[in-house]
Amino acid sequence: MIKKFTLRINKKPHTVEADENMPLLWVLRDVLDLKGTKYGCGVGSCGACTVHLNGIAVRSCQLPISALANQNITTIEGLAEKGDHPVQKAWLDVDVAQCGYCQSGQIMSAAALLKSNPNPSEEDIDNFMSGNICRCGTYTRIKKAIQQAAAKK
Amino acid sequence: MKKTDNTYSRRSFLKVSSLSGGGFMLGISWLASAKPEENLAALNVEPIWQELTSYIKITPENVIKIFSPNPEFGQNVMTSMPMLIAEELDVDFKSIVVEQASYNPALFNRQFTGGSQSIRSAWKLLRTAGASARQMILTAASQAWNVPVSELTTSKGQVKHAASGKSGTYGSFATAASKLPVPKDIVLKANKGFRLLGTPQKNVEGPKIVHGQPLFGMDYKEAGMLIAMTERPPAFGMRLKSFDATVAKKMPGIVDVFTIQVYEPTQKLAMFDTRSFNEVIAVVGKTTWDVMNARKKLNVLWENAPDTKEIMNNRETIVPGGLESTTKHYADMLAMDKKPGQIQRKDGEPEKAFEVAKHVIERTYTAPFLAHNIMEPTNTFAHFQGNKVRFVAPIQGPDFIANTIATRLGIPKENVEINLARMGGGFGRRAYGHYMVEAALISKQANAPIKLVYSREDDVSGGIYRPTYQLTYRAAFDENKRLTAMHIKGGGIPESPLHANRFPAGALDNYLAESWSIPSNITVGAFRAPRSNFNAAAEQSFLDEISEYMGKDPIAFRLELLQRAKANPVGKNNDYDASRYMGVLELVRDKSGWGKPENAGKKRGVSAYFCHNSYAAQVIDLHVKDGQVIVDRVTSAVDCGVVVNPEGAKNMAEGAAIDGIGNALFGNLTFTDGRTDQKNFDTYRMIRHNEAPKKIDVHFVANETDPTGLGEPPFPPIFGAMANAIYQATGKRLYKQPFGNQLS
Repeated sequence: MIKKFTLRINKKPHTVEADENMPLLWVLRDVLDLKGTKYGCGVGSCGACTVHLNGIAVRSCQLPISALANQNITTIEGLAEKGDHPVQKAWLDVDVAQCGYCQSGQIMSAAALLKSNPNPSEEDIDNFMSGNICRCGTYTRIKKAIQQAAAKK
Repeated sequence: MKKTDNTYSRRSFLKVSSLSGGGFMLGISWLASAKPEENLAALNVEPIWQELTSYIKITPENVIKIFSPNPEFGQNVMTSMPMLIAEELDVDFKSIVVEQASYNPALFNRQFTGGSQSIRSAWKLLRTAGASARQMILTAASQAWNVPVSELTTSKGQVKHAASGKSGTYGSFATAASKLPVPKDIVLKANKGFRLLGTPQKNVEGPKIVHGQPLFGMDYKEAGMLIAMTERPPAFGMRLKSFDATVAKKMPGIVDVFTIQVYEPTQKLAMFDTRSFNEVIAVVGKTTWDVMNARKKLNVLWENAPDTKEIMNNRETIVPGGLESTTKHYADMLAMDKKPGQIQRKDGEPEKAFEVAKHVIERTYTAPFLAHNIMEPTNTFAHFQGNKVRFVAPIQGPDFIANTIATRLGIPKENVEINLARMGGGFGRRAYGHYMVEAALISKQANAPIKLVYSREDDVSGGIYRPTYQLTYRAAFDENKRLTAMHIKGGGIPESPLHANRFPAGALDNYLAESWSIPSNITVGAFRAPRSNFNAAAEQSFLDEISEYMGKDPIAFRLELLQRAKANPVGKNNDYDASRYMGVLELVRDKSGWGKPENAGKKRGVSAYFCHNSYAAQVIDLHVKDGQVIVDRVTSAVDCGVVVNPEGAKNMAEGAAIDGIGNALFGNLTFTDGRTDQKNFDTYRMIRHNEAPKKIDVHFVANETDPTGLGEPPFPPIFGAMANAIYQATGKRLYKQPFGNQLS
């Protein structure tokens, strides 16, 4: 059923009319034109659509809009006001990306990891990041960037 | 100093006089890279671009823009191609603006990303473009200052005249320079004079990527745009019988539902026109979610398709009907091995050598179909209006599909406008542009701009796959365990992987190569290093096994064979350079500490392969714990000639290792009654973060050879190195990919 919802995204309220079952992913991409959050699988298996819900990494393709009222949603566009989050800076410094499509999701997962665990071990990184797929194979650079961001925090 | 040869067409240097406006394609400012906005914003005026060759534009304020001609899918040509221009133009790379060029065969050569050829084919061409523009600026400066060109020097976008102390920006001479003829007989820098090439430069689109800016085809949107998806047969070998869209059409946001024929039944198809299904149901609506939901409400009857005739590449082929299954595929391939194949190459008297052999080793290797799993699912924007169509497309080979689009729509080719979007992966999948034809037909029928989107399930279950392959290797030995002959027989569904003239052909007096194939209705195509990606696994595993039988070190044995091919090659058509092949083996041996006492306890495998004009070798160290492979280290040696951007090149080779390990351990697409058993990442096993190697070291052979390929060559040998290392760790030789499920 089409309903009106007010979502708090990147610290700003957004009112949208949408099917109550529409996943946050498509609200962001098709309704609000926030294209940084990517569609990869639609079944919560690849992590390309990762956003933060109250600071925790979640798969936006699995979250119906009706469950999100009055919660704080952060997307890659709002990760840092000036786009200078330590994880973003480390990603540039290590020159992580190849095609780049999965990297918004990787960055959002990495930022959530460091928030809950500022000095992760290699194993912590492996475990936390294993839900984010990269077909280009940038995993070793991702790990290096996370370690670098952790060291500079 | 080298003179460029004049074999390049000069059409790409067409000089358009003093165009104004930001880029020659309107409506694609979203494709521009991050730096231009800052530079252009500082101007606070509409920039007036002076065009110096089709690759370079400069404003009077000295904002310098370089167009990157080839489609970008993560191989980083958008950085490395402009580097070639910037080197000779003599500008500060960090201050220039890089923009993706649109498809324009009149202005640009070979706008194709594939075959690891972007840099190889652009090496002299793009440098010539940069040097030509610099020469035009020098000429303009010499005329303005009334001094000879020989007294002028350049540095970082400035012209200087030492005697008078005069200096000026490129921009100040751009208007005059743009009116000059494009010079001929341009002299390029010698390699030792490079200042930029060979230095690490960061991905020019990095800032946009980490900030989530809209870059990809999937991100494109314009006013009035609708979303389209297609419902396709659930199995290869099936087709549409009838459908009822009454309920689907009433779903929220749905605009229309109709069928399209991707190609006309009699249309002659070109090599890259492959499509999985010809008649599909298009669902058009306002949002992706609306369309996904409506698809579920379609009431469709599918039926088994008969054998169908198709003309592709001027050859008539029969696409067989029937619902195929993986178990039968493997049985059919084994049966083909017992029948005579087509002889592709024969040196000496291989049959006789096998007759008199004291010992024969025979091994059969297989690999499954693979899906590309490009992270950005297949999509494109299309808007058909009147007799024109405009695309914003993630496409590897716009030139392959432009003709097909024009033919199918009945419009002139020049009315097909293709703007190139960054691709979220390609790996060969986006060389097949049928989705652009589909999108154009849907836009025409819906009378609206549309973006066609495939779901992940559409991509996995109806793809253009890496074929399933089989290779049987036989080696004959005399009483002294000396190798006397080799016989390779291989095929696949529906094509053979055999490269008959590759190593070890040329190193063996007696050699026989045979091929076969089995027709299929499952659609296949290029997948990172086509055919090589399997040949390397089989060949390099077999060489490892026979070197062990002969009591030889696997690297020493390969070098021995290559030395023979170098000193006294057998046959004439050997397509590899034995010296460069040996070079990567020696480099990987030295860098991995192969055979050194400190590495005695390591479980390691070696592999080397040649493809796409380049050479790569790897040593993989691994251990197996609870049935899981843990890769401790990959040492990779690559000879791709001159390395343009070392950091980007290293990233490619690292990615090739991870992608290769993933596909070797897990890659597997299987069929039951024409349907793929895997539909999405919950069932199609991809390598994950925790399964990546703990360490990857990449080493490039230093030489002055003009660049050869890089995107593909480091990928194939990984499969062989994995098999050989797993043997060392477990004592098990593995012959059937994927390996990951055979270790517990």
